[in-house]
Amino acid sequence: MRRIWALLITAVFVYFLIGIYLPTLPEFGNIDMFRRVSFDYISKSTTREYQPVEFKHSKGLEEGSANVVTSIVVNYRSFDTLGEVTVLFTAALGVGILASIRKRRVEFEEHRVLSVATGIVFPLILLFGAYIFIHGHLTPGGGFPGGTVIALGVLLLMLAKNEFKVTDVAKYTEQIAGSGYVLVGLIGMAIAGVFLANFFPTGIVGELFSAGVVPIVYTLIGFKVGAELSSLVSELREGDRA
Amino acid sequence: MIYYIAFILIGVGLYGIVSQKNLFKQLVSLTIIDTAVNIFIVSLGYLDGAEAPIYSYVTPVANFVDPLPQALVLTAIVIGVGILALASMLLIHINEEHGSVDVEEIRAAKEVIE
Repeated sequence: MRRIWALLITAVFVYFLIGIYLPTLPEFGNIDMFRRVSFDYISKSTTREYQPVEFKHSKGLEEGSANVVTSIVVNYRSFDTLGEVTVLFTAALGVGILASIRKRRVEFEEHRVLSVATGIVFPLILLFGAYIFIHGHLTPGGGFPGGTVIALGVLLLMLAKNEFKVTDVAKYTEQIAGSGYVLVGLIGMAIAGVFLANFFPTGIVGELFSAGVVPIVYTLIGFKVGAELSSLVSELREGDRA
Repeated sequence: MIYYIAFILIGVGLYGIVSQKNLFKQLVSLTIIDTAVNIFIVSLGYLDGAEAPIYSYVTPVANFVDPLPQALVLTAIVIGVGILALASMLLIHINEEHGSVDVEEIRAAKEVIE
């Protein structure tokens, strides 16, 4: 009976989406970029006249990162990202409160190959995560993937060594990085007049020091997300930690 | 077409949420809907013959797909992770409290106690 109801409800929804909603959408792969606001983001001309941007040639733009998605996430819509980081912090806080109610600990069987290999691989994982979030404005990636890679390294340590615990250092890192983000925003307000504004000069598109405040913010986000996700994983494993 | 994939995945997730009695399976279905909506939003910004929106040696001048949906989906993915973590923590608690994550077993256990 339950399955019949489920099928009926699903059929109604899919009929609505495909039969009624789909014809109102633009044709797939045939959108008009010139009428979208993203066009200004791509040519980096929200405050000035349109000029084509060229890799390794254009310089002194209003926003210098080569990765346009990063320029939207950390520069044009940085306030969104602050809210997103807050949501992630709230989720980690909720998990921490729920985990501390009852004592529990999941034990793994230690494996010698895994624990030896983890010792070799773990520094490389940290290095790779740091590379991803420092180069977030040049290559695909950024603070969130980089932080996740670091948290995966911590998860590997947790699987390899039974007595490994995430200490309070993770919490302090997270708090310092989170307030650092707000501090960067306030400095931008003091210098450029707008919260989270870019107050560093931008360089030539495509070089490491080209995006002004973006690598700083992404480094802070990387540390914050890495610390948050690793403490989250450890809290899912054991409750009532000191 | 990608639109159809997204809509059908939404249907799959909806069917899972309504038909399953196991709370964990319902959570997985919710995650499928989350992914489907992300696919749909990204596909709204696709442009035929365009490249990924990164200036590089391969694409020195702009011929890009719409980067704005991708930036929004980046936000949505992170929030999805937060929801998944919080919900699985709640499920761990339900399991410790009632010994099961199945809706009907929990109900039966409550009736026994009463």
